[in-house]
Amino acid sequence: MEVPILKQGAFLIATFQAALSDADLNLLRMGLVQQVVRFRSSAVIVDVTAMDVMDSFASRTLREIAHMIRLRGAETVIVGIQPEVAFAMVQLGLTLEGVATALDLEEGLAYLNEKFKSTN
Amino acid sequence: MAKRDVTSISPELKRTEEPSELLRELVAHLRQNRTQLREEWVVRISETRLLLAMTKEEIFAEATSVYDSYVEALETEAFEALQAYARNLSERIIPRGVETHEVVGIVLLLRDVLARSLFAKYQNDFKKLNRILDAYEPAANRIANTVAVGFVQERERVIRQQQEAIRELSTPVLQVRERLLILPIIGVIDPQRARQLTEQLLRGIRTNRAKVVVIDITGVAAMDVTVANHLVQTVEASRLLGATVIVTGLSPEIAQTLVTIGVDLGKMNTVGDLQGGIEQAERLLGYKVAALAEPS
Repeated sequence: MEVPILKQGAFLIATFQAALSDADLNLLRMGLVQQVVRFRSSAVIVDVTAMDVMDSFASRTLREIAHMIRLRGAETVIVGIQPEVAFAMVQLGLTLEGVATALDLEEGLAYLNEKFKSTN
Repeated sequence: MAKRDVTSISPELKRTEEPSELLRELVAHLRQNRTQLREEWVVRISETRLLLAMTKEEIFAEATSVYDSYVEALETEAFEALQAYARNLSERIIPRGVETHEVVGIVLLLRDVLARSLFAKYQNDFKKLNRILDAYEPAANRIANTVAVGFVQERERVIRQQQEAIRELSTPVLQVRERLLILPIIGVIDPQRARQLTEQLLRGIRTNRAKVVVIDITGVAAMDVTVANHLVQTVEASRLLGATVIVTGLSPEIAQTLVTIGVDLGKMNTVGDLQGGIEQAERLLGYKVAALAEPS
């Protein structure tokens, strides 16, 4: 299942669909970094609103994506984690430490705009 | 089935009836004398001053259905149906203020009224009376038991429902500014309440699009390690929804607990009291609160 990656100015937006296999996640990880390189993006927003469950592999992949993208000098923001998913994640100890999070796409964009405004 | 006239059959010709035959006989008797026995029962109920919360018409209506269910339970020995009936009846009368002792009381009165009528009917045949009672008593006792248990189960269900409502009321999530929520917690937190708190908070963050939450635990005297861990998890889960949590009002005991369980205090934003917490929240949100000039 392809994950659509959209370009919004200096940012990329990747919207997760509901059920992503491990293979999908691996493809996405490579794909996102390639797109960051291609467009010289400053940041990536990963929208997981449609995910109603987050397992440890998905969580680890998200952290790796953020890590790899940071190595390219770009920021990652995870948005749209649902309350039930957030609860389940912390119970399993999956805290996405070191990765920025925001409530939804709007908040994610506001956060990035604020961040990049102050560095200009 | 025709009523047997026991006085006209000589003892040597009588055979010993099966228990099920006896039961059928007594059920027939109870059905035939339904009106009179029910009336007697209602009189006894009013004499013993039970069901005062109900009107005469209500008592009569309920008495009729209880009597019929009682006799049917004797006949069919289907106690599950009776238990369902008892719960249903309880659901109707508990809100009217009827108490457990009244329900048990009236069922026992019915048992007595029916037993007396059996004594009267078989008074000339003591052996038969004994056999009839052998069939009647276990069934009647089981009925009394079933009804009482059904009633108590319904009460317990109501209590659980009310406890749930109280729990919900006592953990309000309040918006005090745009994007700022306060969660004042008062009283004892058990793991169940802690879990409910977290769920309510996370939903509140999403609904109100909160960026900062102040959780005030001034009103909480102590919490055990499980609940303290839960608080930490709540902070982490809130962050996943993009909200920063400030915890205020930690008592010395709770501060000790948190240190003991090795909470990474770098992860938890704490301020002494609620006022300080709100002020910090406002700073985080970019608010500045300034006094208006004194009116001259």
